[in-house]
Amino acid sequence: MGIGLANYLTLAAIVFTIGIAGIILNHKNIIIILMSVELILLAVNINLIAFSTYSGDLTGQAFALFILTVAAAEAAIGLAILVAYYRNRGSIAVEDINSLKG
Amino acid sequence: MYQLIVFLPLLGFLIAGIFGPWIGARGAEYVTCGLLGICCVLSWIAFVMVAGGSDAHIAIGNWFTSGKLAVPWALRIDTLTAVMLVVVTTVSFVVHVYSIGYMSDDPSRPRFFAYLSLFTFAMLMLVTADNLVQMFFGWEGVGLMSYLLIGFWYDRPTANAAAIKAFVVNRVGDFGFSLGIFLTYYLTGSVTFDQVFAAAPGLAGKTVHFIGFNWDAVTLACLLLFMGAMGKSAQFLLHTWLPDAMEGPTPVSALIHAATMVTAGVFMVARLSPLFEMSPTALSVVTIVGGTTAFFAATVGLVQNDIKKVIAYSTCSQLGYMFVALGVGGYSLGIFHLFTHAFFKALLFLGAGSVITAMHHEQDMRVMGGLREEIPFTFWMMMIGTLSLTGVGIPLTSLGFAGFVSKDAIIEAAFASHRYGALYGFLCTDIAAALTAFYSWRLMFMTFFGQRGDWATSLPSAHDAPGHGDHGHGDHHAHESPLVMLAPLGVLAAGATFAGMAFRYLFVGGGYESFWRHSLFLGPDNHLLEEMEHVSAWVSLSPSLFMLGGFLVAYYMYVVDRTAPQRLASDFPALYRFLLNKWYFDELYDFLFVRPAFAIGRLFWKGGDGAIIDGLGPDGVSARVLDVARNSVRLQTGYVYHYAFAMLLGAAALTTWYLFGGVTR
Repeated sequence: MGIGLANYLTLAAIVFTIGIAGIILNHKNIIIILMSVELILLAVNINLIAFSTYSGDLTGQAFALFILTVAAAEAAIGLAILVAYYRNRGSIAVEDINSLKG
Repeated sequence: MYQLIVFLPLLGFLIAGIFGPWIGARGAEYVTCGLLGICCVLSWIAFVMVAGGSDAHIAIGNWFTSGKLAVPWALRIDTLTAVMLVVVTTVSFVVHVYSIGYMSDDPSRPRFFAYLSLFTFAMLMLVTADNLVQMFFGWEGVGLMSYLLIGFWYDRPTANAAAIKAFVVNRVGDFGFSLGIFLTYYLTGSVTFDQVFAAAPGLAGKTVHFIGFNWDAVTLACLLLFMGAMGKSAQFLLHTWLPDAMEGPTPVSALIHAATMVTAGVFMVARLSPLFEMSPTALSVVTIVGGTTAFFAATVGLVQNDIKKVIAYSTCSQLGYMFVALGVGGYSLGIFHLFTHAFFKALLFLGAGSVITAMHHEQDMRVMGGLREEIPFTFWMMMIGTLSLTGVGIPLTSLGFAGFVSKDAIIEAAFASHRYGALYGFLCTDIAAALTAFYSWRLMFMTFFGQRGDWATSLPSAHDAPGHGDHGHGDHHAHESPLVMLAPLGVLAAGATFAGMAFRYLFVGGGYESFWRHSLFLGPDNHLLEEMEHVSAWVSLSPSLFMLGGFLVAYYMYVVDRTAPQRLASDFPALYRFLLNKWYFDELYDFLFVRPAFAIGRLFWKGGDGAIIDGLGPDGVSARVLDVARNSVRLQTGYVYHYAFAMLLGAAALTTWYLFGGVTR
């Protein structure tokens, strides 16, 4: 049994769903949310690479590299924001971060 | 000249009221007293002229005209008006002069004198009125000034309460009065006296449909108009404001609540005699109400301890006499008693004011006593007033003090009359004569005889606490009042002594026809004044005997055996409390009217306005907006994962919609 496009897409969907679930179900730590965001990005990457291979177009794989780079930068910024937030508030528990409520 | 009489007091009011701050209290006093003096002299001249047969009718202008209803300003000067002019301006003048002394330490004298003058103007408008509406103008004017003058010391809560009470109770009467005016206009098509009187005989037998019954038109009109008289003249059921009105300065009590304003009701009934003569029923009601008032007020006067309250109830009682006289058809008798009463009651009030000044503004008779030596002039003036009020004179003649001549004539007339209720009026007034003698002499004995503080034992202990106990007024020597207060007493004393003998012939005697002429109307079968002369001797003697009896009882209880009053009070505690609390009328009205009115007010306030209008209106709308806002706030938790979830749901929904053919190409 060869590994086909459908398997990749299924994997990507599973990873994506885990990422979404991580965001929604996680009530503890904001870092887990950041990690879940990374998971979602990775799921998209898998899709891009899978379709790229399937259609024989290298553009998608090039995009995946860009995304990884941007994701790294984004993770760094996210963690930096978290550190700053922790200094200000003394907590990064998800329960405490609700100032959007106004 | 007549315009001057009426409008000079208005001028005095304007000068004292507007320029008071510039001309000062002294200036205001001179101006108002001077103008009133001129007024008074002119009134006596007018009286002589009118008595000589020259009536006048002076048109001043048009007030308003609306369709058929035309109300002019006009002065109607006939004998009835002339008598009232003399009474009003004379008493007003002496009260103005007296007030210079009595109010000498009051900071707002210009206001006081302005009010007095404006009151006099309103009263003169009332008595010179040529139509019912103009009379109503004066009627309300005196009511307003009564309100302002009772509440003259506006920093006293009791004075304000008394002023409001007087105003509100008078509104009840005035409601009837205005309905009476409307009905009169409806029946006769006019409010001018001449036309109303001309139409009156044609109204006999007419009926009007009102609150479900057919009423005799004239009777109903008269009863409604009489309701106004009851309010203004403090008759039984509407009397409760008069004793409280004693919160005002004493000159005000003398002028408004003894001599002039409260007699406006008597004047009104006499003025409308052509209407009242048409309705025997209404006249019987007048008699019965008057008799009841005469008796009731006298009984309450027996036990009051405030010197002014005693005189106030006495006024109430004497007004009852006047209404009995009117009710039995003796209009001139009522006016005659009004005339003499103005003198002796104003004298008593001003004398009481002099006593109060001497006692350093103490009004409770129980801390007085023995004032005879200290203020002899006031004592003798009060003595004359008391002799006149109780009706001292030589029975079976018309020689005696003013009150004797007029009051005994009323009692004889009440006996002589054959009208329904006249006998009741006779009994009430006759018994009231004894009660009058008792409370008058009780006042004299408690105030002027014995020693200072003889009656202090009967003071309730709580009474000592506020004010007089620690001041120790009893230690001060009482001083006779200044001449400016004593001279008015002398003038009134002369009137109280001689007014009866001097004017009897004109008012109720042989000179009746030529004196009153057409100003009082008597029905064809009204021969009261003749019949009155032929009553049996015991009737004529009875008031004097009753008066003597009242005097002897008072003498025994307050001079011979001074423990008798207290023993009597403790032997009949229920009766004593009943009288002391004025037959519990204030409590009854509080229960019947005041508290239900408050309850209804609270119901409409809390229930109607608060719960329904505010609840469903502005408050309700704003509360619903808040509810909606509060619920939508709850949507915003602030947790990132909730927003993420919502976003996911949205994305999923959009995708689903897209996939399953929501979008048509």
